[in-house]
Amino acid sequence: MSDAWFWLLAAGLCASAVSVVRSRDLVRAVLWLALGLLLTAGLYAYLDAPFLAGVQVLTYVGGVATLMVFGVMVTRRHTSASAEASNDSNAVGVLAALGVFALLATAILKTDLPESSAPTQTTAELGRALLDTYLLAFEAVSLLLLAAIVGAVVIARRRDVETRETRGSAALPSIRVGRTEAD
Amino acid sequence: MTLVQCLLLASALFSVGVYGLITRRQAVAMLLSIELMVNAANLALVAFAKYAGAPTQPLVLFTLAITVAEVAVGLALVMLLYRRYDDTLLDAASETKG
Repeated sequence: MSDAWFWLLAAGLCASAVSVVRSRDLVRAVLWLALGLLLTAGLYAYLDAPFLAGVQVLTYVGGVATLMVFGVMVTRRHTSASAEASNDSNAVGVLAALGVFALLATAILKTDLPESSAPTQTTAELGRALLDTYLLAFEAVSLLLLAAIVGAVVIARRRDVETRETRGSAALPSIRVGRTEAD
Repeated sequence: MTLVQCLLLASALFSVGVYGLITRRQAVAMLLSIELMVNAANLALVAFAKYAGAPTQPLVLFTLAITVAEVAVGLALVMLLYRRYDDTLLDAASETKG
């Protein structure tokens, strides 16, 4: 019974992952990714990690997928599918993916993996570990997140980047640093 | 449902991410492929926590936070790229190629 759940989730996960990289429409790709992340959350719940499953749904499906959809919509005019994935890069991609998979699979199958039935951390233990053993890393990550968000706002809001109209004959378009009164 | 099966599933997902990263040329699509790869790594960590008794679950939380930061900065760069080149194909931004 529980085996069937695993295989169901695994099959759905593989199918949605392939759809993410194959679909030409970016919005569809983002939605496939959201489905894949949701299925991963189900797999976490299956693997005795209920807290991680919840976090996955909240941050990934609720946050990242939404952010991605916004990103696709704000940059509306995308080059059509014809400019994408020529045949030779497709072959290179398949080869590289198969190579990576073969490498990982041989490494996994050749390693003597430990099999222990020790109980996984409960949510209470997880919280205690975060605020005790990993306190420094926890604070560092929160600082990183703050810096990244502020940096993203600064990058996305800058108005002084030359647009393609003003670029014209200039040899090398440059980003002027600092504020200008002109705009 | 052993550790090996979970790890093989994770490596399959990772390989799909590699394929997407190589074949797609749109910046947002490449970000999506990176998301797939990070997700596969997280899956492997959770599988280790379950079947090998390793305390890897806090690591998953850290990778989640770092990925969120990466997506935020990445999308900001995509917007900058779009405003500057009127396109989100990364080939457009090849002028420093020399």
